[in-house]
Amino acid sequence: MKNCLLNTVAASAIAIMTAGAPAIAAEMLDPNAKPGGDIVVTYKDDVATLDPAIGYDWQNWSMIKSLFDGLMDYEPGTTNLRPGLAESYEIAEDGQAFTFKLRSGVKFHNGREMTAEDVKYSLDRVTNPATQSPGAGFFGSIKGYDQMADGSATALEGVSVVDPMTIKIELSRPDATFLHVMALNFASIVAKEAVMEAGDDFGKSPVGTGAFKLEEWTIGQKLVFAKNADYWRKGLPYLDTITFEVGQEPIVALLRLQKGEVDIPGDGIPPAKFQEVMADPEQKARVIEGGQLHTGYITLNVKMPPFDNLDVRKAVNMAINKERITQVINGRAVPATQPLPPTMPGYTDGYDGYPFDPDGAKALLAKAGFPDGFETELFVMNTDPNPRIAQAIQQDLANIGIKAAIQSLASANVIAAGGEEDQAPMIWSGGMAWIADFPDASNFYGPILGCDGATVGGWNWSWYCNEELDAMATKADSITEASMVDDRLKMWSDIYMAVMEDAPWVPVFNEQRFTMKSKRMGGADALYVDPVSIPINYDYAYVTE
Amino acid sequence: MPAYIFRRLFQAALILIGVSFITFALLYLLPADPVRQIAGRSATAQTVENIRQQLGLDQPFVVQYWRYLTSLLQGDLGRSYLQKSEVTELIAARLPASLLLMVAAIGCELVIGLTMGIVAALRRGSITDQSLMVVSFVGVSAPQFVVALLMLYFFSVRLSWFPIGGYGTWQHLVLPAVSLGIMGAGWYSRMMRSSMIDVLRQDFIRTAQAKGLAARKILIGHALPNAILPIIAMIGIDIGLFMGGIVVIESVFGWPGIGQLAWQAIQRVDIPIIMGVTLVSACAIVIGNLLADMITPFIDPRIKLR
Repeated sequence: MKNCLLNTVAASAIAIMTAGAPAIAAEMLDPNAKPGGDIVVTYKDDVATLDPAIGYDWQNWSMIKSLFDGLMDYEPGTTNLRPGLAESYEIAEDGQAFTFKLRSGVKFHNGREMTAEDVKYSLDRVTNPATQSPGAGFFGSIKGYDQMADGSATALEGVSVVDPMTIKIELSRPDATFLHVMALNFASIVAKEAVMEAGDDFGKSPVGTGAFKLEEWTIGQKLVFAKNADYWRKGLPYLDTITFEVGQEPIVALLRLQKGEVDIPGDGIPPAKFQEVMADPEQKARVIEGGQLHTGYITLNVKMPPFDNLDVRKAVNMAINKERITQVINGRAVPATQPLPPTMPGYTDGYDGYPFDPDGAKALLAKAGFPDGFETELFVMNTDPNPRIAQAIQQDLANIGIKAAIQSLASANVIAAGGEEDQAPMIWSGGMAWIADFPDASNFYGPILGCDGATVGGWNWSWYCNEELDAMATKADSITEASMVDDRLKMWSDIYMAVMEDAPWVPVFNEQRFTMKSKRMGGADALYVDPVSIPINYDYAYVTE
Repeated sequence: MPAYIFRRLFQAALILIGVSFITFALLYLLPADPVRQIAGRSATAQTVENIRQQLGLDQPFVVQYWRYLTSLLQGDLGRSYLQKSEVTELIAARLPASLLLMVAAIGCELVIGLTMGIVAALRRGSITDQSLMVVSFVGVSAPQFVVALLMLYFFSVRLSWFPIGGYGTWQHLVLPAVSLGIMGAGWYSRMMRSSMIDVLRQDFIRTAQAKGLAARKILIGHALPNAILPIIAMIGIDIGLFMGGIVVIESVFGWPGIGQLAWQAIQRVDIPIIMGVTLVSACAIVIGNLLADMITPFIDPRIKLR
């Protein structure tokens, strides 16, 4: 056995790190940190669930991260993988078997020691269709997954307990992203007896091994997380409690922050107040900016005329003034040139995308047989700023003769329309856009650009399906040798460049993150724009007074 | 009276079944797939199908509705698709806050609206009357979220008289209740004014004045009970309006009621919660109207319930 995949992952993560947020040394405690203190974080929406197999929204994602741990984890404030509950791991030469040695003495919040049986139970549970986990599909490369998915098995064949502190996971195919998958919340280790006891209510009474434990949950009002005194990362967390107050409008949360009643407004700075906050040096000093693995795009349905015509799709790409659209959202984004965001490994440097050229776009339209343009529909989610962005797109299209009627609907309706082959000619992805589940180039392809997603109810709203690219993607994800990291990334870069040639999308912008904090919040800036913990990494944050 | 109440309750049950059918049918026809919301964007087609079967959403409409109705008649509102919790538990946790807000808002609109209406009627044609009617016009016209945000800004942020949102003490209740009640107060003041002017012209008032009865006694003992009747009938209808208003007001003030629960559920197509909140709201409207009808004979003995 040899530790080859670790190098692959580390190399890709380093690439992100250099382009993204500053790094923090792993396992090193902040010498300025003072243990203790309580903070208040606000959210508009109530928390849906804290069950790591179910929770899949940006609000509960970081909360679950602080209640549970998985075998793998990321260094705080970075996308660098590091072992979590696994003390070490070995990878078989063919890249298809992982043996994880667990840390000893790790205790669940109920006081029981965690063992390999818990790891097996947790993976079986998340892939069991009865759990209805939205993340089950991530584990597709584990041997026996298909049998779990079709209900013919109740346990994953590929996951076996070697001894109480060792677990072996066999894959049905090489998977370069597997360690990232093991760092997802869906792969968190849960206490079997706690799940059995709570049943469907486990999401309201979670028991994990994380830095915090759930102390109180008053539905519709607040959740209180208390420090886990037995946490296995010694010295962490710094905070005694975190109170999440729900039902708070972002604008009210900002007013309360200004009065010192709130430490982190979880929903961020409301768009209407953004310029006011950034114009005030005192407030601006408390805003941390960082990148995120996000791309906002317009899908052009290649199954619906006239978008089945490549020249039309290219013309639309050339008609959109991306700079102006970023101004619509007060410059909270950078214009995009390709599907991958700039901080993602595999991003093609030096590629400028389609130029903004309305005259060239008109010429292409004429060549395609539409000298006077045509009428179409643009679907958009009905919450600010998306309708405003749609209006900007509508104006750009009007300049080349395309009359686009805006269909402004609830997100569920837009998603449903996109999932039908003949419903939505164009969709602006805002509010539903792709944010990477994990920092790997492959995560922007399968469901949104691959053939698998171009099915009824799928997320490939452009209905673009290029089987050659699919085959190339499968080949790229089978490369696990450390020596071929760059080859793999080049393949992914080529895939996305080929996608751009076919122009099923107009990549519009990559959103930036802006986290505001109270004066007393301490810790490195990177913690407040942590790529995997939105809004912040609670385990490492502290207060200075 | 008992026969009347029984008959009204029977009618109420039929109304609620009708409401459940219409809401269920509308949600069924909605061009959005709740299973996709549950399954998430990375789900395989197989996962989606498994979830659809487990929730019984692969069944025809009639079967789905019959299952819902039979569970409903046993007091089971089902489990939330996304939160996985019992809907009854989620509603029970939030209903007291909404009821408290609603009662306080009704109190506000009655106190503010009736006072303004009576004063305006008694000072008919004066500057006071005209000023009060302008105020009531603003109350009726101003969008509730604007009123709520302005009140929050002035009374909480600038003057620090009340907390900035939240729940728990009477101070938390004041601004949401006034914001929610202000529109009704505007309506009531206008209704009360015209109703009062009408009553004050009646013969029995003139008789009372001729008898030398004190003006205060005439107002409270004779004019008010007659003038207030249309207002009481309105309160029952108002509960329906409040159900719409609390979604906004609860959101602005962070008030943990069912309005917020409904709003989130609609965004996520969480059908069991939408159904549950709709039925609870329908219950509140039906009961509110029933209570309003039952109170009327106590105020005006000429009215009998049959």
